[in-house]
Amino acid sequence: MAAPDLPARPGASGFPASRRSVLKGFASTLGAAALPGILAACGDSGGSDKGSSGGNSVTFGSNYSDPAPKQAFAALTQAATTSAGVNIKVNTTDHNTFQNNINSYLQGTPDDLFTWFAGYRMQFFAQQGLIANIDDVWDKIGSNFNAASQGLSKGLDGHYYFVPIYNYPWVVFYNKSTFTEKGYTIPKTWDDFMALVKKMKTDGLIPMAYADKDGWPALGTFDIINLRVNGYDYHINLMKHKVPWTDSKVTDVFNQWAELLPYCQTGSTGRIWQDAAKTLENKQAGMMFQGTNQVAAQYVTDGKDLSDLDFFPFPEINPTYGQDYMDAPTDGFCISKNAKNAAAAKKVLEYIGTAPAEATYLKTDQWDVALANNASVPTYNAIQQKSVQAIAACKSVSQFMDRDTDPGFADNVMIPAIQKFITNPSAGNIKTLQGQIEAQAKTIFTS
Amino acid sequence: MVTATRSRPRRRLRQLSRRDKLVAALLLGIPVLADVVFIWFPALASVALSFTKWNGIGGLGQIQGYGVENYRIAASIDPQFWPAVEHNAIWLLVFVCFATPLGMLFAVIIDRNIKGSRIYQSVLFLPVMLSLALIGIIWELIYSPNYGLINTVIGHNHDSNLINWLGNPKLNLWAVLVEATWRQAGYVMVLYLAGLKAVDPALREAALIDGANAWQTFTRVVFPVLKPINIVILVVTVIESLRAYDLVYINSHGPVLPGLEMLSILVTQNIVGEETRIGYGSALGVVLLVISLVPISIFLYQNFRREEPV
Repeated sequence: MAAPDLPARPGASGFPASRRSVLKGFASTLGAAALPGILAACGDSGGSDKGSSGGNSVTFGSNYSDPAPKQAFAALTQAATTSAGVNIKVNTTDHNTFQNNINSYLQGTPDDLFTWFAGYRMQFFAQQGLIANIDDVWDKIGSNFNAASQGLSKGLDGHYYFVPIYNYPWVVFYNKSTFTEKGYTIPKTWDDFMALVKKMKTDGLIPMAYADKDGWPALGTFDIINLRVNGYDYHINLMKHKVPWTDSKVTDVFNQWAELLPYCQTGSTGRIWQDAAKTLENKQAGMMFQGTNQVAAQYVTDGKDLSDLDFFPFPEINPTYGQDYMDAPTDGFCISKNAKNAAAAKKVLEYIGTAPAEATYLKTDQWDVALANNASVPTYNAIQQKSVQAIAACKSVSQFMDRDTDPGFADNVMIPAIQKFITNPSAGNIKTLQGQIEAQAKTIFTS
Repeated sequence: MVTATRSRPRRRLRQLSRRDKLVAALLLGIPVLADVVFIWFPALASVALSFTKWNGIGGLGQIQGYGVENYRIAASIDPQFWPAVEHNAIWLLVFVCFATPLGMLFAVIIDRNIKGSRIYQSVLFLPVMLSLALIGIIWELIYSPNYGLINTVIGHNHDSNLINWLGNPKLNLWAVLVEATWRQAGYVMVLYLAGLKAVDPALREAALIDGANAWQTFTRVVFPVLKPINIVILVVTVIESLRAYDLVYINSHGPVLPGLEMLSILVTQNIVGEETRIGYGSALGVVLLVISLVPISIFLYQNFRREEPV
């Protein structure tokens, strides 16, 4: 063996290891580019064994990861343990992570119970056979809920798969003090509403606090305008792609929205909704259209005066439909198909589907409302009391675009399309966007 | 006797070679296995999946053949695909033509032992020590429309004159490229500085004696001597451009904002999530793979051609 080459003068030929290690780095990047497909394809990476659930104990996968809902959820599970005599082990996961992994989570070894959402978002997984049928639970709790809540809990096959815990309305928020000070009145119709936003603008206010960096908030604006202009049935048919997105009635929705856009806070595609809520809190903005679960919650987080906050349902546009509908997203619980202890899990759901259980959950929650009939929740504040009335006044409630349609379609097609619409609401662009949405919808809603 | 002495070393060689074979097989086998399992299998499986339609639910039996339909959808229907290709190209160009030369410039200036060079070095290197996710969050706060640093300092934080750094599709890619350059320049600087420190001072002295000015010394003497480090830097630059993901993901704060589409983001948006389109996401991954192969092939070709005569 020859002696190893002495290093040449530094710099002259330099760096023997670099080329090889750099190549390796390259190779691994190459692999990384192709890797995600397989990671997802393997499918069962999500669920390791999260504590055994023998005889009388169940595991509960929770996405209530923020401090306030986590605390409320702990109170609920504690009450369920006492009442149903079942030990509950809660596994909390960050809500975004939980939702993104739901697919592999449910196919692996999921918890017995898990937190989820009503609407197509639940029906899709029920249809794929990943959620357990709970008709027998509903035999016992059915009388606690009205027909609308019962309908929300059913899959496409008419069987029950879901037990609701709370919902919340999407409405127009304002500060009472601003309206009193400037002498504004609650607008009932679109014309009143347009007159009000114009008045606010001349008064130096931002008429509508607005943010859509997160993508989903503006889906709510589309929902409400579509519900007001074309009604609930049309909206749901559109969500299920039974009506093409190139329909002229969809153009009407965008045109109506384009009328309002000049009065919405500019630069919304770069703003997170929390910052928009802050403009309302600071009384720089007159109104904001979003869910109580966000706006009222943000007031509480920021330590602002919740008693000054008030809301009204989005004004009437088409007299045929008045103010009959709104988005009122419902959250709740399901039993996974692969549950180890479905019997005990059903006992827990039988307790959760009662008015006292919902009241227990809402003890510390200042923005959501119960769905159970005659739920008496002494801790309701003014916003919650009004929410109950507003939802009850609706003939039908939709869930939200990303819950009423294919979630992938909502995220990857509708969110970018609506962000592009907000940036350029011209008639030409509306037409282009409708064409693009329809072409993509055709590739997604196939079977 | 003679044959014995002759055959002895041969036998010993054979004995050693058996052990050697085992060691060699083990030492080669492990990397080869890792290579196959972690690189070739996923890559080839992604290619195969790209010709299928599958929502990721149910067994492998649920996978349906879909022909080249995924590629047709990408090229002719998906409005995010071509912008993503364009943005990846812009990203690469900015890195090669601006961020990397800037880092080299920093290195050359600091290498001249100017006053306080250590402080400059630390300041410029600081971003490299932060994770890209953290850099994204820092810059998101800086670019925030109403409460961000830039808009507040220049007084453009009112609703009437707001600059929408991250939301305006004509502006946001450049805003994110500033973030990326902030880090990339520091990274390249450190790599290049290490190279420059290793250049034999005698070469510079010789150049000086021959009457070369600073620019000539750099372009004719120092730069060619640094060829190995230049290749490393070029490769690093290309890698960093193609894997552009983190900053865009953080700054989009949800599904990617119009104007920031990147192939890597589209891959994950279709593959990770509640409703997955494994086939379509894989097709986009394959496109990214093919694009990556171009610079890789050029690099390998150049590299092996250079080494052959030696």
